[in-house]
Amino acid sequence: MSDIREALTRAHREEWARVVATLAKRFGNLDTAEDAAAEAFMTATERWPRDGIPPNPGAWLTTTATRKAIDRIRRESSRDARQRGAELLYDIETEPVGAIDDDRLRLLFICCHPALAMDARVALTLRMVGGLTVTEIAKAFLVQDTTMGARITRAKTKIATAGIPYRVPDTKDLPRRVSGVLAVLFLIFNEGYLATGPHTPPIREDLTAEAIRLTRLLHQLLLDDGEVTGMLGLMLLTDARRSARVSSQDALVPLAQQDRQLWDAALIAEGHALVRERLASGVAPGRYQLLAAINAVHTDGDATDWTQVVALYDQLVRLDGSPIVRLNRAIAVSEHDGAEEGLVLIDELGSDLAEYHAYHAARAKLLRRLGRDAASREAYDAAIKLAGNTAEIAYLSAQRESQD
Amino acid sequence: MQYLINVIDHRSESGTAAERAAIDVFNEKLIAGGNWVFAAGLADPTTSTVIDGRGDEPVFTDGPFIEAKEWAAGFWIIEAPDLDVALALMTEGSKACNRRLEVRPLLAPPA
Repeated sequence: MSDIREALTRAHREEWARVVATLAKRFGNLDTAEDAAAEAFMTATERWPRDGIPPNPGAWLTTTATRKAIDRIRRESSRDARQRGAELLYDIETEPVGAIDDDRLRLLFICCHPALAMDARVALTLRMVGGLTVTEIAKAFLVQDTTMGARITRAKTKIATAGIPYRVPDTKDLPRRVSGVLAVLFLIFNEGYLATGPHTPPIREDLTAEAIRLTRLLHQLLLDDGEVTGMLGLMLLTDARRSARVSSQDALVPLAQQDRQLWDAALIAEGHALVRERLASGVAPGRYQLLAAINAVHTDGDATDWTQVVALYDQLVRLDGSPIVRLNRAIAVSEHDGAEEGLVLIDELGSDLAEYHAYHAARAKLLRRLGRDAASREAYDAAIKLAGNTAEIAYLSAQRESQD
Repeated sequence: MQYLINVIDHRSESGTAAERAAIDVFNEKLIAGGNWVFAAGLADPTTSTVIDGRGDEPVFTDGPFIEAKEWAAGFWIIEAPDLDVALALMTEGSKACNRRLEVRPLLAPPA
């Protein structure tokens, strides 16, 4: 029995996206694909315990889902539509299944389409590609089931009505569209890694794990894309430190004070290998590759080599001079050259980042190192007020108290 | 599919000669590519009249049906196989007319 349950769980994890993607292509409709896939998995939970696990679970699920979809179309259609449905069924082009032609990739691109709102892209990706239920996604983003259901339905309706195509973008558009997919996956990862909300655990392993799983899938489909490789490396090297990142008192532990014995050596090795692979390619790195490289430096040896980190941030600022990147560079400079130098750079960002807790937290830390305690306390107060992660708030509060 | 593209503006009849020339070039491209259906500029929304002909006597009201800070200053109707093609084309259209655009699908006629 536990064998069956395991087989069902594995089939869901490994085959959901493929079943939805295959059906979406065949029936030209995400709604049909989603419903039929859900029905097929439901049927599997009834049949497999009785009839045994089929030799090829993926094929079994796809066939079952296809039958369910056809049944549904027959049931619901008027005669005209029925005819159209029949034409659809017999008019299947079989495309070669090369890496770039994978239906799951099409599915990812349609879910992360730039014409959809960001929250809809995230929800749709988790539902259609990740196979999470609407309830699970609603819980992950602290909204009502009905709200999340409506968000997903609205996105599907827009895809159908506005004619968002089910295909891999052409070469000219591909880098931009891939970076759109990466933005969605990174957002899911970050919400897991630094979860927001007073009643949320500080780290949401369900979300980080899902983001990594989806990024692994994308990497498998686009092995030559440097930014996808960089993103996977970045996630792995960040996630590797998870166990050391929150103390037994549920407070965030800064990198320098983390117990490196708790880091996941296998993930670090894998992340380092991905970063080395990109370095060996000789192609100029994009922003995710640079962020991965920075995290590789953080996880190399016994302590961070700040000279390398500052050099990598210098490169990153040239690609992306946004205030948040400049803030992170300034923090690296403060470790390398001293608090004074770092603070000068951070203070330049005040007007852009006044509402960003990490800006105040970084200032607070440097002000304290410089012995400016009153100003430091004020900055800690501002940071605590703006922070959304419970472990971060606990850490900042402890830091603030420790100097009183 | 067909798409309606609204030209978003907060002024009226504010197009310049350079913009008009760029739009002409862009429209030639739409026609050559088989994407052109129709296009026109619109007079200021304050010149519009709302009709309610549903009752026994028609009621005419002066002014636009909705007061807004921005409105459609013109529009295109184009033919495109899907939204990606429409977005790619009209990104050039946005550049040509030097305005933001809203792309909205027309409902398909009933089969």
